[in-house]
Amino acid sequence: MKETFFCLLLAAYCLLPAVVLAADKWTGVDESVVEKYAKEHGREAVRPLIDIEHGDLPLFLFLVAGAVGGFAGGYYWRKLTESSEANKKDKNL
Amino acid sequence: MRTVRSALIFLICSLIALMFSSSDALAMHISEGILPFNWAALWFAVAAPFVAFGLYSLTKRSAMELSFKPLVGLLAAAVFIISCMPIPVPTAGTCSHPCGTGMSAILLGPSISVLVAAVALLIQALFLAHGGLSTWGANIVSMGVIGSFVGYFTFRVLRSARINMSVSGFMAGLFADWATYAATAAILASGIKGDAPFMPIFWKIVISFIPTQLPLGILEGAITAGMIALLQKRRPDLLVKMQVIRQEEAGI
Repeated sequence: MKETFFCLLLAAYCLLPAVVLAADKWTGVDESVVEKYAKEHGREAVRPLIDIEHGDLPLFLFLVAGAVGGFAGGYYWRKLTESSEANKKDKNL
Repeated sequence: MRTVRSALIFLICSLIALMFSSSDALAMHISEGILPFNWAALWFAVAAPFVAFGLYSLTKRSAMELSFKPLVGLLAAAVFIISCMPIPVPTAGTCSHPCGTGMSAILLGPSISVLVAAVALLIQALFLAHGGLSTWGANIVSMGVIGSFVGYFTFRVLRSARINMSVSGFMAGLFADWATYAATAAILASGIKGDAPFMPIFWKIVISFIPTQLPLGILEGAITAGMIALLQKRRPDLLVKMQVIRQEEAGI
């Protein structure tokens, strides 16, 4: 019973995006909430200091940011776990 | 084995990066130019002492504990990635992101977590058009200060009531996320209201955030609980040193 419920829940979660995508949604809450209410009260977002909205530049920058962030996270995780293993080895000797 | 693990980490990172890459920069922090100058300056003034104290705490604690810097590095990377990753919420049809500051506050302390958030927000504002430089102070206050302190105190209160570690972590992540967006609503409402009353605008923004942030808060809770459980398994000694758990709970 529980498994069936979770399977249905998972299916609904997987199917819903397709339905919503058809209506061309998935805007960020910055657009749908923050900028919408700001505009209603006469405030509008301005172009950022470094404007990255040129062709595939955002794609490239976000990819680089993800790769660098992921590399740094992995590197420090390894440093943390390696030092623990080294401590254990030292204690065993 | 290590090569496989590295390849796996790289693959996950690439997938994460691909997930949040898009033709439009999907920023969920307060965008550049939204707040009037006087409000932006006020939030800078509020954030500054927290960032300065975070810097002081980092210098002091990293001199005392050698494992502290790698832990800060790990959590800085995690907060950076988590807080600029737009996650689609099918029930709302919009995208938003968790913050990661609840997790970093539990493990590093709230003051250093503010510093970590400030650095992540600055890089995002400068190079990813995510947030803004003029709204940097406001975003530090909502995500860094409010998120970190609410997450930290939720965890501490629940732990002192002897609530299970994972449940405490989950609730800390959940409340940190919800508090961050409540603070964003308050900051935004106060900045844009002009002569209009504050409360109606504030509630309107809060209600608009709910369909997206309600499920994302739950996701953030799960991420926080998962990270703490993972560290408890791999580095219980570190959690003892960070005063997250007691010596007898660590089993070392």
